[in-house]
Amino acid sequence: MGFPILSLMIFTPVVGMAVVMMLNKDNFKLIRWVSTGFSIIPLILSLILAAGYDSSTSAMQFVEKASWIPSLSIQYFLGVDGLSVPMLFLTTLLSTISLIVSFNITNRVKEYFAFFLLLEAGMLGVFASLDFFLFYVFWEVMLVPMYFLIGIWGGPRKEYAAIKFFLYTLFGSIFMLVGILILYLSTTPHTLDMMELITKGSAFSHSIQIMVWVFFFVAFAIKVPIFPFHTWLPDAHVEAPTAVSIILAGVLLKMGTYGFLRISYPMLPYGTNYFAYPFAILGLIGIIYGALVSMAQKDLKKLVAYSSVSHMGYCVLGMAVFFIDQKSGQPHITGLAGCYFQMFSHGLITGAMFLLVGVLYDRAHTREIAAFGGLGSKLPVYTAFMSAFAMASLGLPGMSGFVAEFMVFIGSFPKYPVITGLAVIGVVLSAAYILRMVQRMFLGEFNTKWSGLTEINTREIIAVTPLLLLTVALGVYPKPLITMISATLQNIVTQVMR
Amino acid sequence: MPDLRPMLPELFLFAWAIVVLLFGISRKERSGDSLIYLTLVGLVITGILVPIAGYGNLFGGTFVVDKFAAFFQIVFLLAAFFAVASSHELMKKLSADRGEFFALILLSTTGMMLLASTLELITLYVSLELTTIPLFVLAAYRKDQLGSSEAGLKYLILGAVSSAILLYGISLVYGLTGTTFLQPAMSRLIEQSVPMLLASGNVNMALVMAIVMMVAGFGFKLALVPFHMWAPDVYEGAPTPITSFLSVASKGAGVVAIARVFYTALPAFHDVHWGTLVAVLAAAAMIVGNITAVLQSNIKRMLAFSSIAHAGYVMVGFVALPQGSIVPPYGPASLLFYMMAYLFANMGAFACVIAFEKNYGSYQIKDYQGLSKNSPGLAIIMTLFLLSLAGIPPLAGFMAKYYVFLAGWQQFPWLVIVGLLTSVIALFYYANIIMQMYFSRGETSLTKAHYDRPLILTLILTAVGTVAVGIYPEPILRFATEAVKVFPF
Repeated sequence: MGFPILSLMIFTPVVGMAVVMMLNKDNFKLIRWVSTGFSIIPLILSLILAAGYDSSTSAMQFVEKASWIPSLSIQYFLGVDGLSVPMLFLTTLLSTISLIVSFNITNRVKEYFAFFLLLEAGMLGVFASLDFFLFYVFWEVMLVPMYFLIGIWGGPRKEYAAIKFFLYTLFGSIFMLVGILILYLSTTPHTLDMMELITKGSAFSHSIQIMVWVFFFVAFAIKVPIFPFHTWLPDAHVEAPTAVSIILAGVLLKMGTYGFLRISYPMLPYGTNYFAYPFAILGLIGIIYGALVSMAQKDLKKLVAYSSVSHMGYCVLGMAVFFIDQKSGQPHITGLAGCYFQMFSHGLITGAMFLLVGVLYDRAHTREIAAFGGLGSKLPVYTAFMSAFAMASLGLPGMSGFVAEFMVFIGSFPKYPVITGLAVIGVVLSAAYILRMVQRMFLGEFNTKWSGLTEINTREIIAVTPLLLLTVALGVYPKPLITMISATLQNIVTQVMR
Repeated sequence: MPDLRPMLPELFLFAWAIVVLLFGISRKERSGDSLIYLTLVGLVITGILVPIAGYGNLFGGTFVVDKFAAFFQIVFLLAAFFAVASSHELMKKLSADRGEFFALILLSTTGMMLLASTLELITLYVSLELTTIPLFVLAAYRKDQLGSSEAGLKYLILGAVSSAILLYGISLVYGLTGTTFLQPAMSRLIEQSVPMLLASGNVNMALVMAIVMMVAGFGFKLALVPFHMWAPDVYEGAPTPITSFLSVASKGAGVVAIARVFYTALPAFHDVHWGTLVAVLAAAAMIVGNITAVLQSNIKRMLAFSSIAHAGYVMVGFVALPQGSIVPPYGPASLLFYMMAYLFANMGAFACVIAFEKNYGSYQIKDYQGLSKNSPGLAIIMTLFLLSLAGIPPLAGFMAKYYVFLAGWQQFPWLVIVGLLTSVIALFYYANIIMQMYFSRGETSLTKAHYDRPLILTLILTAVGTVAVGIYPEPILRFATEAVKVFPF
């Protein structure tokens, strides 16, 4: 075992949390900078990880393996492949940005930053664990700081939103736990090693595969969220403080799709094939339903929240496509690649949207779309940022969202022509709600009530700029990300099709 | 004269109880502090004596110390230790009879330790009485409070009834086998007597009666539904250190007794006679305990219902009997592990309740509002215990639940599903307290919270236990797995 870069990445925020807890609770400045510092270390480590990652192979890299609870064959097992590396980068990036965004928190500052660092550790752990038990531990650990962050610093209905989020996700998790128990007990010798479970995956009987697939589906579908498991999302997103909304949309939702690709797909190939078609239909429903509900929203944050349901629908649709190309004999990965690209791109775009919604809300104390108008003349810089991300969100070519959606459609058309055809309507609908929002808020006559509004400040610009740069960069030149994930996705499709 | 070495801890603890009693009488004017420390020293010495005394077999198999017994002896000693250490506040309120209080706790602990290491039904019964009779008195110890007297009386009456039922079950077993010694041969003896007593099919009615009686008797000690009616009132009325002792040690006594009897003598009848019966009771306990706990406004009552639910979780492990290579041998071991995890979290939670009551004078959940501001340390530590009880990783409670469910899955999948679903309900009421402590700010308290030293010790030790057992459970898991090898599966 070499340098334990993954452990270091996961546990640096934990150390940071301990340090922050020891600081004087009135020294806001110190607490903010120390926490940000402790979140920059994992960010740097994730860049080192991405640089050192060998994208030509689908094998696990940077592996750390140690015996933890041998009596129950539980290991401390970390490792990364093409699925994890971009997600680890996204997590560390959004965490740092969220902490910078949180500098305006003045209520119970110490606790806030301590919980946030714990949250970051939990998220990183999920994306790096290769032992099922360890994965579950991180998956659950994350819920606790999230509960506090929504419940203490949230909006008017924070208590309700916090407990709903906690119970809903725990409800999903217990299904995953049952699935884990079944897989553990169906292997001989019993194992929780994900790599071994994947190897043995096709050997599980069909009934077990279908049952466990459904259990995992509930757990992951709640996180994505896939219709009809999405009802926690608007409450949690809307009541959460800005930075937490960024993390919720940017990272937490991806854990659902990540779970499917990391666990359900390779471990339960029969179940995956069995449910591919319903999966595509659920993706379509998500796209259309999310877009229609977004159109009806009067609250800007709710609009962005529901647009997440729609955008994650593209992910689901792309995920439902996998087959071995008859002509070339190669696995067809365009759909999965589109799905993964959408995961990453949605993290950037929607993270930025929530950030910008928060910027406006801090100043205006309302998010009602109808209350604004003509902000473009008053807040030109803010309007420029918001419009850029609005365009990215509706899939304007040149931005990363377009690449993702395009790949999803190209990928899914050969297999589901009708569903894909209908899903394209979603693009039109998202253009409709986004443009309407932009028009009503930034164009038209200026509402003089807002003459006191101040422009987006330097700190906020610093926070949002990296997201804009990445969105454009990936929109223009998507190749680095695609190269990074290709080998792993090919391996997944091969495993699903065995 | 047999070599009494294996019995050394029990003998010592009994003697120490007398010492504490005499010390209490001779030094009436002193504060309770010296008595607390004296009792704690006795418990620590007994704990050290357990490994020194070693394993052994006395009086022709009546008294057997094996790893299983040793494990539970440590559990009981830890529970007694924490209960005594959190009694400082109670001592201040008592005007007299302080020595007796600690002596009774020690006597009850002696009874539990004997209970853990007996393989003979009459001795088992006598040990159980030695365990519970001091507890009746302890529950009623606050003579100035009506609630406490009521608790004592209720506990006495229902406890006596349950003992009688248990004794009847024991007599039936004796009738079927002609022996009171728990041994694997008992199964064979019962099977031989079947032709005479056979009522219909393969079900032996006399055996069914014996099993039902014994399950009911032990069920009372464990507070399993539907034998749980005494628990909320007794838990609420009794002095809080005694409540915490009851909720862990008394439950542990029930667990150890039922495990000894059913695992040693009756495993062969698991499939037809008692497996499903206990599984149904466990499901009922989890459902009733968790749902009723949601409705409580008094934290002691809430913890009482939560402890009923935990008895259900323990029983999930209990009914998961290993069967050759089909069902792995997790069940009995998970029972032991669960008790250890539950010990730390529940004793810790009650210590927090005591600390809160001492400073803010209330048992109402709504008064916990804003605790995170007034006593941040207490709030954090209470959150830790509640999350462990709710089964959130990486705390001990999660590991325990995971182990129990893993054990139960192959024989009783429906029971595991019930357990998992009700643990979502459980999270609701545990999280509700966390919400009160953290989300709403409440009023600022002017006085600084103050905790006495033994209580701080309890809080620290239980918190360390909760985290350590959760993060590194391996040593306890291994010991538990070893310990249950004494049973003839």
